[in-house]
Amino acid sequence: MRVSRAALARVPVEDRTRFLVRRNHRMLRVAALVGAVVLWELLCRAGWVPALFLPSPLGVLREGRDMLASGELLVHLAASLKRLVLGFVIGGVAGIAVGIVVGVFSVAEAVGTPLIAATFPIPKIALLPLLILWLGIGESSKVAVIALGVFFPLALNTYAGARQVDPVLVRAAVAFGAGRWSVIRKVIVPSTLPMVFAGLKLGAGTALLLLVAAEMIAVESGIGFLVLNAANLMATTKLMVGIVLLSALGVLSHWGLVALERLVLPWREG
Amino acid sequence: MRVIVDRLAKTYRDRRGHAVSALDDVTFTAAPEEFLAILGPSGCGKSTLLGAIAGLLPASSGGIFFEGARRPGQPLTATVFQEFALFPWRTARANVELGLEELGLPVAERRARARRYIDQMGLGGFEDRYPHQLSGGMRQRVGIARALAVDPAVLLMDEPFSALDAQTRTLMMEELLTIWERARTTIVYVTHNIQEAVFMADRILVLSRRPGRVLASVPVVLPRPRTDTMLGDPAFVATADRIWTLIRSQAEAALVEGKA
Repeated sequence: MRVSRAALARVPVEDRTRFLVRRNHRMLRVAALVGAVVLWELLCRAGWVPALFLPSPLGVLREGRDMLASGELLVHLAASLKRLVLGFVIGGVAGIAVGIVVGVFSVAEAVGTPLIAATFPIPKIALLPLLILWLGIGESSKVAVIALGVFFPLALNTYAGARQVDPVLVRAAVAFGAGRWSVIRKVIVPSTLPMVFAGLKLGAGTALLLLVAAEMIAVESGIGFLVLNAANLMATTKLMVGIVLLSALGVLSHWGLVALERLVLPWREG
Repeated sequence: MRVIVDRLAKTYRDRRGHAVSALDDVTFTAAPEEFLAILGPSGCGKSTLLGAIAGLLPASSGGIFFEGARRPGQPLTATVFQEFALFPWRTARANVELGLEELGLPVAERRARARRYIDQMGLGGFEDRYPHQLSGGMRQRVGIARALAVDPAVLLMDEPFSALDAQTRTLMMEELLTIWERARTTIVYVTHNIQEAVFMADRILVLSRRPGRVLASVPVVLPRPRTDTMLGDPAFVATADRIWTLIRSQAEAALVEGKA
């Protein structure tokens, strides 16, 4: 048989997976954010949009500085933070506790799951008028609606986490003498923690949403009040300061939770 | 400590609600200080049997008894699991201390005992690592240290080395034998590996495929301490062959059954 020249050619192996590689594009991430703000500023400077509708970023920054200097910003921030933290802690602790109890005890599960399934889909803002009726127009109804909003994601996530505990680990604990209480404390609680943190991150978003909603009714302080009040006065720059502040609160609370998770769960892979 | 398994049967219901018999009329005794291997094809209920001895699975009928003197505070059994079953949120040291916590030992004694078994298992320097930072062999070393640390009257091992690569497995078998030849607790060792069973055990209980029954009790007449040079010994080969003959048809049937 004759062998052609082409059949004898030497072919190098090429990396065929090159197109599958996903790069991080660190610089592009920063550039996208900075670029968007610069574009916004340029748009305002060019005079294409009236400042009443869209104030410039530098203008917002200046307004923010002035509000900080006058103390106005801190008053609103402190009022909002207080409601946020109180509601988050109350709702979080209650949600985790209920999630664990419902996840561990079959009686609690039989009683709890239908109740949670029935109340979970209610938009919590709809409960605000009822809460005001029950708890009064003051702080407690605002804290309560935030707590409710945080309670559900945490109860559901913790419950799911408690149900997904590795049965091999439960058996191992029992094999080494653990009773019911030890199993809860040493196996179930630690293995729900990753799900608890996922719930906390969800809850932080919900809390911010409900904070603003609650602060638009019968209050004199808070970021929600700031935004609504500024809109009524057509003070758009002030309104934007409030919105930027809300964005910062959301980002910072998420970062804080991520950092806390790393600290509390050093045993997680990857 | 003597372990007496008397006419043990275990039936459970599968997902469709059908009764499945895992073990049927299993009777045997593990003598004090005996290294007893339980060998069988996959799905013969040998892990079920071990779970029943550990008190982790209720038997459907029959009984399991322990006979012999126990030191005060000494637990009857401790188990080494095939999947290691280490707590991912506990460091190697804290995993070893788990059983000691449940025994109610004071912190200082817990530390000292954990230290001793961590050193014995060659885990020194790794005690602050989390399980995911350890290799398979090191993880099972933690699993063994955790079981030895509670000083059980009977050590139960459920295919402890089957998740490890062949070289690591050979080394771990030798290590375990060295430790056992000094301490001499009763060991009930479940495996599907004939060479492993013959190399380590005093006696091998061969189980049939599901429902598991005792097919034979095969003594291993090899001197101790065992060394890897014995792997070519005529007595070793003859014992392994005898067990393979017993188990071959069972394994073939199990293979077909598994495909169906």
